[in-house]
Amino acid sequence: MSQPYRMETQNLSVYYGKHPGVRGVSLPVHDRRVTALIGPSGCGKTTFLRALNRMHDLTPGVRVEGRVLLDGEDVYAPGVDPVVVRRRVGMVFQRPTPFPTMSIFENVVAGLRLVGVRDRRVLGQAAERALRMAALWDEVKDRLHAPAVDLSGGQQQRLSIARALAVEPEVLLMDEPTSALDPISTQAIEDLLTELKNSVTIVIVTHNMQQAARVSDYTAFFLDGEMVEFDATDRLFTNPADPRTEAYITGRFG
Amino acid sequence: MNRTLRRRYLRDRVMVGLVGLGTAAVLVPLFFILYYVLVQGIGALDLAFFTRPPAPPGETGGGMLPAIAGSLVVDTLALLMAAVFGVAAGVLLAEYPDHPLNPPLRLVVDVMAGLPAILMGLVAFALVVRPMGHFSGLSGSVALALLMIPIVTRATEGVLKLVPWELTEAGLALGLPRWRVIVNLVLPAARGGILTGLMLSLARGAGEAAPLLFTAFGNPYLTANPLEPMDTLPLKLYVYAISPYPDWHRQAWGAALLLAAAIMAASYLARRAFRR
Ligand SMILES: Nc1ncnc2c1ncn2[C@@H]1O[C@H](COP(=O)(O)OP(=O)(O)OP(=O)(O)O)[C@@H](O)[C@H]1O
Ligand SMILES: [Mg+2]
Repeated sequence: MSQPYRMETQNLSVYYGKHPGVRGVSLPVHDRRVTALIGPSGCGKTTFLRALNRMHDLTPGVRVEGRVLLDGEDVYAPGVDPVVVRRRVGMVFQRPTPFPTMSIFENVVAGLRLVGVRDRRVLGQAAERALRMAALWDEVKDRLHAPAVDLSGGQQQRLSIARALAVEPEVLLMDEPTSALDPISTQAIEDLLTELKNSVTIVIVTHNMQQAARVSDYTAFFLDGEMVEFDATDRLFTNPADPRTEAYITGRFG
Repeated sequence: MNRTLRRRYLRDRVMVGLVGLGTAAVLVPLFFILYYVLVQGIGALDLAFFTRPPAPPGETGGGMLPAIAGSLVVDTLALLMAAVFGVAAGVLLAEYPDHPLNPPLRLVVDVMAGLPAILMGLVAFALVVRPMGHFSGLSGSVALALLMIPIVTRATEGVLKLVPWELTEAGLALGLPRWRVIVNLVLPAARGGILTGLMLSLARGAGEAAPLLFTAFGNPYLTANPLEPMDTLPLKLYVYAISPYPDWHRQAWGAALLLAAAIMAASYLARRAFRR
């Protein structure tokens, strides 16, 4: 059997109690491509994204049904360690989440250090690499040991991105990573996505249609917890199959 | 309109006055106690008080050195035990609500918090003194720790619940196991509040004599070995206060003053720790 996709959901549903946040979504995630999730607020993008690396596991009352395949293996199968899944499938949240007791440097290398990497040179190089990729290096290189919470909101978000990159995940899930950033940092993150594509598989949630069009190879349109349409980005934006998709991307939508 | 306004001002004055009265009703006795202890005790705090063993019954002079040293040893050990078990229990209560041990643990902590201090002495007697065959500073520490654990546990649980859940999620998303997230991210974020709880528990335990009556027991000789019987300031205070000797009464006041000062210092440090 050929296995063309890095990740794939099959009939994935997520319930908050009885209320379904996501219903029956089957979505392929192509290897080393950017897949964008678009759709109006509350349509289930975050809910779907969090199901991909088992972030719902610890939230009481949330139930996940269906399958999430990572390299063909169901991450929800019995015996699969969610910690291992999350090491391979990293995540950047909608809001920046610096570790408040740590410096900038400690934040970036937290994932490496806490799993036992001790070598200072290795950590130093990893930190610089990750900070450069997240377009934060120049702003913080002279104060790496300052508290991370002293950074501005946008810098904190790029720090969160750097921290996620430092552990070198195979898949990176990003939930509106640029919604708190200025145009220059946004541009830097978009450039990063293009560059990362060579090594990392990316799923990104965005409210910015231009951004989806610019950075992604594939786009999925969500509405009311269901996936209305999935296609190559240029096709979905120029020639959508579903009238609801067309209404949304042309801005004629509530 | 002018009249309503004036009535409002009046009512405001009355209310502020009542609040002031209530505050005074609390503060005046407190200041009276501290003042009285200070006046009665300050004269006893001479060099001998800190450096000499007690004099034989009926003789004047002598000091509290064994009790001071014993208090330091017993309270430090109690604090260590309370920190380990209290913080661990607080973590389980706050971070593992679905753990099967959670409900029984909560019950135990609630019951422990309500038990009279002297019962903790009985428990420590059964757990430590009986098996060892004799009284010891260690058994006193266990008794005090039993008293302090619920305080530490509740403080830890409370402050851990204030740590944003997003912090835990951010750690998990990095592929860290839950326990690492708790140890390296959540507990450090809560350290101020946990320190406060520890200091408050120390302030509570350091002043207790009852749990030590049949555990640490008392010892007129200086020792730093917690496996031997030990004296502590509250024990000494109790024994001296009910003695018939005026000089012992004097020294009991000195012990009271020293204890009050130490406990106030601990409470002050507790508030400082929380503000950070
Ligand atoms: N913790 C929760 N408990 C209950 N319902 C939730 C929870 N989180 C989300 N929902 C519901 O699930 C649905 C999908 O929410 P989700 O956060 O996935 O939307 P979204 O597409 O990410 O929206 P946005 O663009 O505003 O971030 C919504 O109806 C929301 O009310
Ligand atoms: Mg969202």
